[in-house]
Amino acid sequence: MKANNIKTVIFFLAPALGSIFIFFFIPVIAAFIISFTDFDIYTLGDLSTLRFIGFDNYAKLLNDELFWTALQNTFYFVVVAGPLSIAVSLSAALLLNSKLTKFKSLFRLAYFLPVVTTLVAVAIVWRFIYHPNFGILNFFLGMFGINPIDWLGDPFWAMPSIIILAVWKNFGYNMIIFIAGLQNIPDELYEAADIEGASAFQKFIHITLPMLAPTTIFVSIITMIGYFQLFAEPYVMTQGGPLNKTLSIVQYMYQEGFRWWNMGYSASIAFILFIIIFIGTLLQFRIQKINR
Amino acid sequence: MKKLILHIVLIFIAVITLIPFIWMISASLMFDGHASVFPPRFIPDQFTLIQYERLFERLSIARNFINSLVLSLLVTVISLTFNSMAGYAFAKYKFKGKNKLFNLLISSMIIPAQVTMLPLFLMLKWMGFINTYMAIIIPGLANIFGIFLIRQYCISIPDSLIEAARIDGANDFLIYRKIILPLLTPVLATLAIFTFLGTWNDFLWPLIVMTDDSMYTLPVALANLMLEHTKDPELMMAGSVVTILPVIIVFLALQKYYMKGIMMGSVKE
Repeated sequence: MKANNIKTVIFFLAPALGSIFIFFFIPVIAAFIISFTDFDIYTLGDLSTLRFIGFDNYAKLLNDELFWTALQNTFYFVVVAGPLSIAVSLSAALLLNSKLTKFKSLFRLAYFLPVVTTLVAVAIVWRFIYHPNFGILNFFLGMFGINPIDWLGDPFWAMPSIIILAVWKNFGYNMIIFIAGLQNIPDELYEAADIEGASAFQKFIHITLPMLAPTTIFVSIITMIGYFQLFAEPYVMTQGGPLNKTLSIVQYMYQEGFRWWNMGYSASIAFILFIIIFIGTLLQFRIQKINR
Repeated sequence: MKKLILHIVLIFIAVITLIPFIWMISASLMFDGHASVFPPRFIPDQFTLIQYERLFERLSIARNFINSLVLSLLVTVISLTFNSMAGYAFAKYKFKGKNKLFNLLISSMIIPAQVTMLPLFLMLKWMGFINTYMAIIIPGLANIFGIFLIRQYCISIPDSLIEAARIDGANDFLIYRKIILPLLTPVLATLAIFTFLGTWNDFLWPLIVMTDDSMYTLPVALANLMLEHTKDPELMMAGSVVTILPVIIVFLALQKYYMKGIMMGSVKE
């Protein structure tokens, strides 16, 4: 289109970009600055007590055992729940995409339902599902002769419990993306493989997986970003316990910032989270480039 | 045979995804203590609505329900307006630095919202908006993903349509209002359902900015209720039903648009 009146452009852009600038970009910069200060509960009352302390917050984090615990727990969650979610999503997509499958849209709906539901509400439901005495999970496992497990009370099982909930809640989302990816693979490829006498497994390894590679990278990036922000599940189900085994980075940030009002310290935790997510995303883009 | 096994597996997965909801609804219709038995009941021995009565009469969850509903609707309407204006400008106007600006926006999508929360809280506190609706509306005024989605869709609208309207003497706002917006209906529906559900389901931010019981959104009220009622599955399940049911209804009504939105978001690379 022809060059337009700049006033018109500003009229259309200003409301959205103005609010994004003021309420997103400025806070990001402010958070960066605050992370180099000792902003705490006294500063909230009297701004003149604010001091710049350089990298002290970050240095303190290195020696903060609770922070390392939160970091370790969050990585445990991302590294296990991430690939597991993606594997379940892909399997479900393959099943739904099969030519033999009847009632596709009905199954798709059933698998997708957990995705749209409120996380806090389903975390509460699962808290009772995990109940050691009356929970339905132990009841079903009991039918297979498995002894009751204290899912949320046992330091070993608490994080796996949260992982199971996360996979159950989220797999439907990536499943939809995988189904779209599968439908984009040309049928001719499979027909050619059939003529060559390839087995179903060979077709999966040599056609389906390589053709899905871009989809898989995209799915792993958004899943990773989302999972690093783990918060509501442990907040509702375990409050970070038992023995801090489910304390996540965001929960630690929340506690430091909004419970103890150590805002400088909390901002530095938020930035570490950002850096981790940033590096994780770069790494996956790199993997994508190598694969090409 | 192969077909039979396939469907057994499909049904097995469907049972796993649905059984928590079935148990939730069933337990919400039981009297106190009737869900805490072994073996668990999947159908209430006696049906009752007493848990819902308690929620609405004694615990005034209606107030939280209204907070969630009003906030989700307001955020949806406002952000749709702002996003569609900006998305249209990015798609159909030429101006200096357009691509740079757009790329800056897209790349900043990687910044997690948690980074902004502390300064945003301080800003809102300073403006006197903590514990008011404004605290939730302000960060939701516009969002980058929404602008992106609308721009992608808007690009496919032919320029000739806009030119023709301009020759007929329509001004820029009229073109946006009368020609562009109606054509954007499908993508607006997609964005509306994403924004509505996103606001309804959000937890961390309302937990931070709402400090009174009466201002809590449903998820915050529910999490708070959980602290006092750890041993009342029947009451908590009724609360979960009240929270989840509206999102399921909205989703079922606009399912088609929701699925499209997932696709559109995933093909940007």
